[in-house]
Amino acid sequence: MNFFTPNFPPYATAFEIAWYYAFRMICLAIFIFLIAPILVIIPLSFNAESFFSFTDGMLALKPEAYSLKWYRDIFANGMLDPNAPLSLDWLKDSWMRSQWMIALKNSLVIGVSATFVATILGTLASVGLSRPEMPFRGLINGILISPMIVPIVITATGMFFFFSQVGLAQTYLGLVFAHALLGTPFVVITVTATLTSFDRSLLRAAANLGANPLTTFFKVQMPLILPGVISGALFAFITSFDEVVVVLFLAEPDQRTIPRQMWSGLREQISPTILAVATILILLSLVLLISLEFTRRRMERLKIESFG
Amino acid sequence: MLSMTNIPDQKSLSRQLAVAERRNKIKAFVLVVPLLLFVLASFVLPIASLVWLGGYNDTFSKALPETTRLLQQWDAKSPISEELAASFVTELRAAKLKDAAVPTRVATVINREQAGSLSKIKQVLTASDMASPFKEHLIALNDEWAKPDIWHAMKIVAPSFTPRFYLQALDHRITADGTIVSETDDNAIQILLFSRTLMVAAIVTLLCAILGFPIAYIMAHAETKTSNMMLIVVLLPFWTSLLVRTTAWIALLQQNGVINDLLVRIGLIDNDHRLVMMYNMFATLVAMTHVLLPFMILPLFSVMKSIKGNLTRAALSLGATPWTAFWKVYFPQTIPGLGAGCLLVFILAVGYYITPALVGGQSGQLISNIIAFHMQKTLNWSLASAIGTLLLIGVLLLYWLYNRLVGIDKMKLA
Amino acid sequence: MKMLNGKWMLLGALGTLAVTTATAQAGQLTVISWGGAYTTSQVEAYQKPWMAKSGNTIVSADYNGGLAEVKAQVQSGNVTWDVVDVETSEGVSGCNDGLFEKIDASKLPKGDNGASPLDDFVPGAITDCAISTIAYANIFGYDSTKFAGDKPTKVADFFDLKKFPGKRGMKKEAKVNLEMALMADGVAAADVYKVLATKEGVDRAFKKLETIKGSIVWWEAGAQPPQLLASGEVTMTTAYNGRLFTPAVTENKPFVIVWDGQQQVFDTWAIPKGSKNKDLALDFIAFSTGTKPLADQARYIPYGPARKSSAPLVGKFKDDKTDMAPHMPTNPENMKNAIVQDVKFWADHYDELNERFVSWIGK
Repeated sequence: MNFFTPNFPPYATAFEIAWYYAFRMICLAIFIFLIAPILVIIPLSFNAESFFSFTDGMLALKPEAYSLKWYRDIFANGMLDPNAPLSLDWLKDSWMRSQWMIALKNSLVIGVSATFVATILGTLASVGLSRPEMPFRGLINGILISPMIVPIVITATGMFFFFSQVGLAQTYLGLVFAHALLGTPFVVITVTATLTSFDRSLLRAAANLGANPLTTFFKVQMPLILPGVISGALFAFITSFDEVVVVLFLAEPDQRTIPRQMWSGLREQISPTILAVATILILLSLVLLISLEFTRRRMERLKIESFG
Repeated sequence: MLSMTNIPDQKSLSRQLAVAERRNKIKAFVLVVPLLLFVLASFVLPIASLVWLGGYNDTFSKALPETTRLLQQWDAKSPISEELAASFVTELRAAKLKDAAVPTRVATVINREQAGSLSKIKQVLTASDMASPFKEHLIALNDEWAKPDIWHAMKIVAPSFTPRFYLQALDHRITADGTIVSETDDNAIQILLFSRTLMVAAIVTLLCAILGFPIAYIMAHAETKTSNMMLIVVLLPFWTSLLVRTTAWIALLQQNGVINDLLVRIGLIDNDHRLVMMYNMFATLVAMTHVLLPFMILPLFSVMKSIKGNLTRAALSLGATPWTAFWKVYFPQTIPGLGAGCLLVFILAVGYYITPALVGGQSGQLISNIIAFHMQKTLNWSLASAIGTLLLIGVLLLYWLYNRLVGIDKMKLA
Repeated sequence: MKMLNGKWMLLGALGTLAVTTATAQAGQLTVISWGGAYTTSQVEAYQKPWMAKSGNTIVSADYNGGLAEVKAQVQSGNVTWDVVDVETSEGVSGCNDGLFEKIDASKLPKGDNGASPLDDFVPGAITDCAISTIAYANIFGYDSTKFAGDKPTKVADFFDLKKFPGKRGMKKEAKVNLEMALMADGVAAADVYKVLATKEGVDRAFKKLETIKGSIVWWEAGAQPPQLLASGEVTMTTAYNGRLFTPAVTENKPFVIVWDGQQQVFDTWAIPKGSKNKDLALDFIAFSTGTKPLADQARYIPYGPARKSSAPLVGKFKDDKTDMAPHMPTNPENMKNAIVQDVKFWADHYDELNERFVSWIGK
């Protein structure tokens, strides 16, 4: 049955036909509810005025109503001399002092380190969990997934107390640990999911052929579960990159990340710069979504190959 | 691997098997150990310290141990003894010599129970002539010391282990003679916030189910290509930063925002009567539903995709109306997905913080916001811990339920 | 194994990173303040001259008030802030809690007119741990385009929704609002704290607040009130006076400040206990609370200097056109019906009244 030009059976009542179209209208409305708020941000970020809404000029598509100034502001806000001509020094000034650049650097340092920790620990644990001999699997799985379920405010509060005691509060190391913790459930879930479809007889075959367990892991198991590991790592990274509550509780002012910077921007000085940052983040999530889709397809292909 | 060189008898074979099995168990476990230790150190211990802090506060008993002992013996009715007054004054002043901050910290704790105690205790600290008889000297300093109130407050805050923060988190307080009374109407708020949080979570879950069901249905029954397109529309918000989505709702819902401007432009509302859609419950509900909707759609979609159409067709060919076929045959098969989605959305909604904090105003605040408020503004960390622990218990119960009904190993990510 | 090594190297590197950020180099001070125009005024009037004079550098960062971060640093022994700008009441409660170093005010420099520091600072400006720089006022202001006829002139007008319709912005805190409500209800400025110390007085304040509760938009950061006014979210809002002055003067925004029923509050410098640069911090505080820097700050923001000797030196705004005196909260013209926040009252009653306030706004 074709989706948009259906062939109604001859006995379909008028009500059924009406419902058919009404149902599609309802779905369309819900899709708009899902996607429109995100898409609306993009044109708004090019507003020449400091409004959060479309101006008359923008609706009339006048070029002067549009501007890149909020994108420039991302680089310039906080600089010593934002009005200097564009040069290497300007870029250096921006890289060192722009609040958003500092936030970006913090987000990347914390995000990449946390992803690293989460992916390694999570992958190891998943390999263990997927072994048929694993004892207390349910309980351990439950514990390992729980950071995803426990409200973030509770986790952040507990960390604030405990990390203060051990000297990790307001340090980068503390933030990396906290974000790594929040990322591990995603790694465990995705890698475990790939491992359940993993044919364990391959491991025995490798062992029979004389490979030691380490070689077996890196040469046989790892390549097959790699897509799962990558998507787990992507999830861990985006978790850290999007996290604000832990940063609110544990970070000091010069450890602010991008979401933390957006948070204070939204609460204190709403300027369209936030819309510009948001637009960039939307593009970033599109890139991530596409790369995830890519690894998923690769995974499916591998699955077919390994079974076929 | 079993040794092949000598044929073992059956007993030792089974023993060897058991040994091998145990070794395999240990091998599997060892792989999990690093993460387990990490989760223990950066999650379980922090949570434990939160639970602990909700019921343990030794500020008073550590600084004034003898006074604590005497207060515990006191029946809270008879006049206080000279011994108690003496111990209080001497221990307080001795503590000041060691660390000047300790007595004022103790005074702050007492002041939380009985307003005005702080300045009275500071008077005691700075008074020059505090000697025996201490009780009379105290009363000479300030006749409030003759009243039982401040001593009652001390008796309440003295024990290190105390249920008072948990009681306060449930709108109750403990009195000096140990009875538990409910909080006055002026000060009661926690139960209201808990129930508001549950209500918001329930409404958001319901909205997500109502909006998510048709989307999952149409995705599951469309051709692969169309379905993939729709999946991207669902996944893009899912992958977009939470703060970006909240920003989007602020841009849409503000007084001078996109929706109000649009309505004014097409003449539906007057410029002076723009709709109030921000900083209230409405904004919280809309933004939370938007943020959590993908968590409902995805499990529903994966369940609906596995439903075979032949049962519904059979029902139709046996004369059922489309509605009956849907309601009696198709819908029951979606229950696992619907249940999983609802529980997941509900669990996430109960602990929500960011979105209500940014768009909710006062009426849209949930329990998480009050925890953060006590953490950052009032510095009543014990109360924040107690509220947090109660919320945690609720969420863990739901998590257990989810595990029983759905199974966490079934949890999949898009 | 290779990956494991990599992980530990990374952790090691991060550890060092954490350590190097924690121990600032000698001659570098971390100063924390409230951001926006206020921090700018401090950078111009205090920090730049001090850096030029002493050769030290200052890392300046913003926060939103509250003692949570200081408490976390002091408790963990990992103190990275050297000087923090806090309200006097927080300076006092932080001092009680052992979060701040004691400061001997008698060792501060004399005023330029030779007055001893203890005489030169206005009453209430010196506390055990915190030294005031300026006095600001919690005023209320409105958007003049929103009211065609009569304009609000008294604190009671803030509570008059019939005459002046629209939403109201208020700070989400018991302090400030309860006093304002009482004054709007007719309590004389001199009696406010006496009334507020009684149960009936507290009930009266909450009853007055109740009359506009449905129309209140709560704010938390000082930068929010001008935003709320500018975006049309509210027609009238309480604010720190400098936050409304700056957009009104520099951006010609139609914001008008009403000098009636406001509360004057001191902002103070305090040193978190265990700061690794305590001596340097003391030197900075001594310099910045001197007669001239305090007077210079008024060039950038209309906040009244805490030293009497600074007052005669206050001149014009940085545009060299606007006279600052009429915009100062300390100007007698503006103080006709105003109070100075009673720090001692709030030390005793903050927890009690805040508990009720939190419960009240949650309902």
